[in-house]
Amino acid sequence: MAPIARLLLLALLPTALTISSGSGDGYTINGRVKIPQGLGTKGFALPGKTSNVKVILNGGQIVTYLRPDGYFSFQNIPAGTHLIEVAAIGYFFSPVRVDVSARNPGKVQAALTENRRGLSELVLEPLRDEQYYEIREPFSIMSVVKSPMGLMVGFMLVVVFLMPKLVENMDPEEMRRAQEEMRNQGVPSLASLLPGGGRN
Amino acid sequence: MAIMSFIFAFFFFSSLQPILSLYEDQVGLMDWHQQYIGKVKQAVFHTHKTGRKRVVASTEQNIIATLDLRSGEIFWRHVLGPNDVVDGIDIALGKYVITLSSGGSILRAWNLPDGQMVWESSLHGPKHSKSLLLTTNLIIEKDNSLIVFSNGRLNAVSCIDGEVLWKKDFEEESLEVQQVIQPPGSDFIYVVGFAASSQFETYKINAKNGELLKHESTAFSGRFSGEVSLVSSETVAALDSTGSILLTISFHNGKISSQQTPVSNLLEDSPGLAVIIHSSVTGIFAIKTDAATIFIRVIGEGKLEVVEKTNHETVVSDALSISEGQQAFALVQHAGSNIHLTVKPAHDWDSNLLKESIKMDQQRGFVHKVFINNYIRTDRSHGFRALIVMEDHSLLLLQQGAIVWSREDGLASIIDVTTSELPVEKAGVSVAKVELNLFEWLKGHVLKLKGTLMLATPEDIAAIQYMRLKSSEKSKMTRDHNGFRKLLIALTRAGKLFALHTGDGRIVWSHLLQSLHKSESCRQPIGLNLHQWQVPHHHALDENPSVLVVGRCGPSSDALGVLSLVDSYTGKEFSSLRLVHSVAQVIPLPYTDSTEQRLHLLIDADKHAHLYPKTPEAIDIFQSEFSNVYWYSVDDDNGIIKGYALKTKCSGNVADEFCFDSRELWSIVLPSESEKIITTATRKLNEAVHTQAKLIADQDVMYKYISSNLLFVATVAPKASGEIGSVTPEESWLVVYLIDTVTGRVLHRMTHHGSQGPVQAVLSENWVVYHYFNLRAHRYEMSVIEIYDQSRADNKDVWKLVVGNHNLTSPVSSYSRAEVITKSQSYFFTHSLKAIAVTLTVKGITSKQLLIGTIGDQVLALDKRFLDPRRSVNPTQAEREEGIIPLTDSLPIIPQSYITHSLRVEGLQSIITVAAKLESTTLVFAHGLDLFFTHYAPSRTYDSLTEDFSYALLLITIVALVAAIFVTWILSQRKELQDRWR
Repeated sequence: MAPIARLLLLALLPTALTISSGSGDGYTINGRVKIPQGLGTKGFALPGKTSNVKVILNGGQIVTYLRPDGYFSFQNIPAGTHLIEVAAIGYFFSPVRVDVSARNPGKVQAALTENRRGLSELVLEPLRDEQYYEIREPFSIMSVVKSPMGLMVGFMLVVVFLMPKLVENMDPEEMRRAQEEMRNQGVPSLASLLPGGGRN
Repeated sequence: MAIMSFIFAFFFFSSLQPILSLYEDQVGLMDWHQQYIGKVKQAVFHTHKTGRKRVVASTEQNIIATLDLRSGEIFWRHVLGPNDVVDGIDIALGKYVITLSSGGSILRAWNLPDGQMVWESSLHGPKHSKSLLLTTNLIIEKDNSLIVFSNGRLNAVSCIDGEVLWKKDFEEESLEVQQVIQPPGSDFIYVVGFAASSQFETYKINAKNGELLKHESTAFSGRFSGEVSLVSSETVAALDSTGSILLTISFHNGKISSQQTPVSNLLEDSPGLAVIIHSSVTGIFAIKTDAATIFIRVIGEGKLEVVEKTNHETVVSDALSISEGQQAFALVQHAGSNIHLTVKPAHDWDSNLLKESIKMDQQRGFVHKVFINNYIRTDRSHGFRALIVMEDHSLLLLQQGAIVWSREDGLASIIDVTTSELPVEKAGVSVAKVELNLFEWLKGHVLKLKGTLMLATPEDIAAIQYMRLKSSEKSKMTRDHNGFRKLLIALTRAGKLFALHTGDGRIVWSHLLQSLHKSESCRQPIGLNLHQWQVPHHHALDENPSVLVVGRCGPSSDALGVLSLVDSYTGKEFSSLRLVHSVAQVIPLPYTDSTEQRLHLLIDADKHAHLYPKTPEAIDIFQSEFSNVYWYSVDDDNGIIKGYALKTKCSGNVADEFCFDSRELWSIVLPSESEKIITTATRKLNEAVHTQAKLIADQDVMYKYISSNLLFVATVAPKASGEIGSVTPEESWLVVYLIDTVTGRVLHRMTHHGSQGPVQAVLSENWVVYHYFNLRAHRYEMSVIEIYDQSRADNKDVWKLVVGNHNLTSPVSSYSRAEVITKSQSYFFTHSLKAIAVTLTVKGITSKQLLIGTIGDQVLALDKRFLDPRRSVNPTQAEREEGIIPLTDSLPIIPQSYITHSLRVEGLQSIITVAAKLESTTLVFAHGLDLFFTHYAPSRTYDSLTEDFSYALLLITIVALVAAIFVTWILSQRKELQDRWR
């Protein structure tokens, strides 16, 4: 049930530079999304996994999709600080802050905003996978005992088996008196059980 | 006492458990999800013999989707960004879907079977221009290539990897390229266009390397207007800017020759301004005038002949080549409640390949677009199927004179949603199926029990699942005790009203509104919002509830308004009226007349108030409350917030006793050079607040400042109103205000330096939560402001209460100048937001949760306790008992609390919460391109048994207990007997 918070070490890959000055009036941000194999395979497999992963710049300004090898690119980006988010069902990605510098194009500056970890290159990996469903606990006797009905049964058992024992341990004198009282009163009413109700 | 403490402990622990926790097998039990694609702009068929037959469509909502041609189901779908408008789509190599988008600057290829993007290339050019996509079977350097004209540049792009093979610029400033043509079987391309609106230019280009072979141009005395229509691969037809002269221009072998024909020569009566319809049928083109659509054939050298003139609404498809050198095209015409689909060969107008008449639902309106595709029948003749797009944005496939499937894609663009109760269950009214008999009921529960005890076989599990999903209980057409079954009434952009059943999401009725129908007097009708007009529950139970649809005839706020009243049970529009004034605001008043019609005040652009319904009774009710009506207006552009009250009856020349003048009470003018209004938020009118007092640690009480006139306003520095990252933290700030809208008093003002929008906010009870971007940390933040009434705080003294010296009974009023204190706190939040809402329950007792629509189109539930300004790093023991969570810098995202679980509500726009009758439960409806509905219990369903409650287990327990009682009774009797014998 507990989602595994696994921090993944970055695989150092000899990738091309993250930011390059493209043709036209802006820069190009190139990056890669890596979804490690083995992560997120428990429970539910998603059909066409990488085909539905969206990469979103600045809260929806530009949306792009991944190529089969996981690479993506944003074209015509002005210099400044940008935010890249990855939307993938089943994974939790940290947004990434990317600085596109006008002075020295090609300079890579990217950092995960969740944990302020700098990235030497724009390879985005999920911080953890997301399990949207509760796992049904396998049947166990404890779950039955803990359920309201189980508690009810347990209470009954206590009454059935322990009360006679208590009664046995009582003083026979007192016992007789109690029985007498009971006979006199008949069925004990609710009022007599309430505090202060016994006065009348 | 012990039991009490036990119960408390139980509740305490249960409330600490993960919030939603849905099991995977519970999906679809309380929720439903529907996927749509929007209004189709272009469709391309893919019907090869092998593989499944598909149709690829691009829509006005920037979606690329492939649908199953047999059923209309979505195979895959991609939602492009809001500015990434699709210009053209096509299929290349029989396996890639090619899309040209973003004004012709992005070319993408998608894998046809699974929707995986294969390549993406960006095309830039010297200037803006029309974008044209042309797939050819040209082979350049062994690659199949695409010809793309965009941004003033002609590109040849490889289909395999998206690489640009050659490019040719057309930099001439005034050149407007209209068509790019590749004559079949040739290896050159014609680029034709107008220069300076009066020169006709043709460029002949070698398709192998982009070399310019020939350039010709001719001047024309008049000016060209807009589109050209391709008549053959070397002839185009165009209209001049007056719309009265037709030109046919042929450019065979680079030689331009043109013919001018006045439109009046072809038609006896003067047709008025004509426009050319874009089509690609060889030898025929069409022009459209106000009254008619005229089809004209080109015979030989520029001779024109009218082949048909239709006065009906006619739609033409593009040409489809059906065999060697033979083309066909489709025409769709309306005739009463039928539509006629005709497929004709291009060379022979008078013969028909196909003529079908199909009965069409009147509620779908006119046909807007038609796309055709052919197949070979078993007798080797040609069969045709047509995909048509209707006025209500629905998509239908016609084949063999019948509708094969239809998709209600109008639901992808919902403007507003309201709810309506279902009819009360009466004898004879019940639409439900016969109830299960006792045996089946018991069998079902035994199966369930087996399920819980993990004894069930796979077949049993399947049976259980089927039973749960198909429960007739949830889709009945009557009211239920828990208030789960309702009608969701949705107004779409096409002007159609849909009623969806909350149980299973099916469409109960749909109605194309007359008032929002295009007409002479109302050219561009748009729907604005929906209001509950009549909600009968006491006096007028025989009446059906109804909704009010407000619209206007045009995008500007001073366009005249239109109203419609629609019966919620049947979808009948029983009243529809065109107003003589505009509609700027609609205020539902808290008063109803004797038939329980709610009084509404419509404010026009001149700040006059108009009362509806226009009955004497309404005016009587209204007169008595005349002085209690206040409203406000927010002018985003000028940064002015104004408050108004009613003054007198309208002083205008027409005596209208339902019209009132207003007077300005107050105004707040924000400095336009430093602040720009970006978001406002108010409380929901129907929100219930259980208690004003809030018990805090140490037996102390705080009083919430609860006013329905609270307005939250967020402003940013004008510079920072753009995208994230466009400004530095120093020059951007966010200011938030809490304003009382009756007095105009600013209750609270706070500045967040170095922050910017977009801001999403929600206001409920005495708090407001808003989401914005913090530029310094470069993270999103969420802040909470809680506002408390200080003037009631000294009521804590018990003696005062006893003596009666307290002000607790004094009404909460905007007139009294309450002393308020505010508490505020901010936290980091990971995601961007698309929408935010808060759970709503019928009495407001259940604790609140925020429903957050994230950028990934999921809806996350977040406990309001995480946004409590009294959180601190080390809460005291008393505070912990109260439920205060230790302070963390960011808000947690628990995957199990995504109420949309593993689904996406693509293009999420808004989240609507409706209270069920059961206090613990909120009904949540999220819409965008997709629709999602679920029941949500913020503090679990404490007031009802859960769905997986096992009645069988209970029954067995009872039986076992009774058996045990008998057994012990017999045993004890026997023992007693033995004792006596002893």
